[in-house]
Amino acid sequence: MRGLKKHFEGGHIKAVDGVDIATRAGEYLVLLGPSGCGKTTLLRVIAGLEEPTEGEVLIGGNVVNGLPPRARGIAMVFQSYALYPHKSVLDNIDFPLKATGMEADARKEKVQWAAGLLGIDGLLDRKPRNLSGGERQRVALARAIVRDPSVFLLDEPLSNLDAKLRTSARDELKQFQERLGTTTIYVTHDQVEAMGLGDRIAVIFKGKVRQIGPPKEVYSDPADTFVATFIGSPPMNLIDRGDHVLGFRPENFLPVDALNNRGDNVLKVDVRVYRIEYLSGDRHVYATVPGLGHDDTHIIARIPATVDVAVSEDQDQLFGIHERDLRFFDSKSGERIPPRPVRL
Amino acid sequence: MGQAKRKFADRDGLLAKLFLLPTAVYILSLVAFPFVLAILFSFSDVTTGNPSLDFVGLRQWRTILSSKIFWTSFWNTIIFTGISMVLIVLLAHTLATVLTKDFKGKWIVRFCVLLPWTTPVSLAAVSWLWMLNSIFSPIDWVLRWFGFIESNMYYLGRPVLAMGSIIAVHVWRIVPVATVIIMAGLMAIPSDINDAVEVDGAGFWRKLWEINIPLTLPITAVAVLFGAILTFADMTVVFILTRGGPTQSTQVLSSWAFFKGIEGGDLAQGAAVALFLFPLLLAAAIAILRAVRHREVM
Repeated sequence: MRGLKKHFEGGHIKAVDGVDIATRAGEYLVLLGPSGCGKTTLLRVIAGLEEPTEGEVLIGGNVVNGLPPRARGIAMVFQSYALYPHKSVLDNIDFPLKATGMEADARKEKVQWAAGLLGIDGLLDRKPRNLSGGERQRVALARAIVRDPSVFLLDEPLSNLDAKLRTSARDELKQFQERLGTTTIYVTHDQVEAMGLGDRIAVIFKGKVRQIGPPKEVYSDPADTFVATFIGSPPMNLIDRGDHVLGFRPENFLPVDALNNRGDNVLKVDVRVYRIEYLSGDRHVYATVPGLGHDDTHIIARIPATVDVAVSEDQDQLFGIHERDLRFFDSKSGERIPPRPVRL
Repeated sequence: MGQAKRKFADRDGLLAKLFLLPTAVYILSLVAFPFVLAILFSFSDVTTGNPSLDFVGLRQWRTILSSKIFWTSFWNTIIFTGISMVLIVLLAHTLATVLTKDFKGKWIVRFCVLLPWTTPVSLAAVSWLWMLNSIFSPIDWVLRWFGFIESNMYYLGRPVLAMGSIIAVHVWRIVPVATVIIMAGLMAIPSDINDAVEVDGAGFWRKLWEINIPLTLPITAVAVLFGAILTFADMTVVFILTRGGPTQSTQVLSSWAFFKGIEGGDLAQGAAVALFLFPLLLAAAIAILRAVRHREVM
């Protein structure tokens, strides 16, 4: 690991409560959590805008506690972008370079490079107020990259864009980071962004890291019931069965005719469908399952657009799920426990 | 279905007029009327001894424009206002920067900074008269004790020192308000911007010159505008400390207008002197407000 490591055991008014993460060089790490979970505080501690109460921050193997942000080799993009409103785009990008005391010619070259990379060469004379949201974001990114930081810190940079723009901006962000290869820590509360951008996702709740891993792993093997319901839309179905909680993803729970025969055990159960929603071609089936937990256990099944098995409201229908798609959690702590046989 | 009656309180047009009435009366009687009267006075030969309003054309204006004291007062006013404003902005900006930082005992510093503004002028005047007294001045006492001076300075008795004293006291009075205004400007800078400056690695001076000063410029301009008008029109400090002396060296237009028109009884000339500044102030106010609107940053 040539790049950098970070390591905290912070306790910032419990905003960050014993976090211990090591990033890998060139990695895109997403800190995901609901608002108020401490993810932004964590980012600010890494940036040096806040001092940790306890623990250490390491960048490139060196403890940077007590160092001001400028000495940490980091760059940050803020949620509001925090462009200097009275400066032109050029001067905004140039500002961090000026602070390093770089020669004017070298600075000019660097600004041109960053502006070219982000496709904002044509906007250099404009003031931030004359830019669109997407353009502002690029200026903020350009300002962040000119100093060749060893870590990028991005604080919800897409939340100020409208929904349409967000998708394309997300794609651009990802490509951009891949081209630069800079380690990036990205904070968001949006699971779609997290799944789409992250090499790894750290799910944070109440100041603690609940799970850290690649998007696929976090999605299919959640470490606890919080992660299971926070990630995925609709969330994982959780059914309290007394001593344990049974969980499964909506897309794995299908009419038995639609289940492919993968050779392993299929758990079959009668459900009573009470509502069907059509969302982007998929069918979201709301149903009660008397056989699995309590009598009024509600679950959601997601039938992909490619499956054309008939399902109708107010009817009993036989649904099934492969046993390997079942997840088990401790009913008290909510933590993941090994699989156990399911008796109906 | 009984038709609901339109009540008195529902008649917006009438209510609006009613609520505006006190303001209108106030402005007409205490601002517009004296102003028009002053204009009339300045074209007449009215005095306190002979209050009949006889129109004399531009005679009073010609008299004051050819008077030496008028021009002395005019330049004194410019110097007094100019130097005061520079000092006020510098001090207020410094204080505001200090007071927006977090440190122990901040409240007591804030309290002390605001104290001069809350002190009644008469009380302040007495203490400053004592501070600057030709024989008992505590400032002189301290300077003598340290051996900086041999004999007393006679602050209010020498032209340059007198003007310096006037400026110092005036600055002391106005700085608190200016500080509060500029503090509001500094606190209005979004915290993200301050964080960005820190991440971008700008030091104290760079932040001051490239971020804080430009971003507080509009509100500083407002502070300067108010300060300048207060200073231009102010005669209390001059009146209390020097009464324009020695030999008119601290005479400003407003104090001279007072001495001429009220104490001297020549209402017509007093009005002309007082009005002389009006177009200047108006032009300055318009220029500053325009500049502020152009620099509107957000």
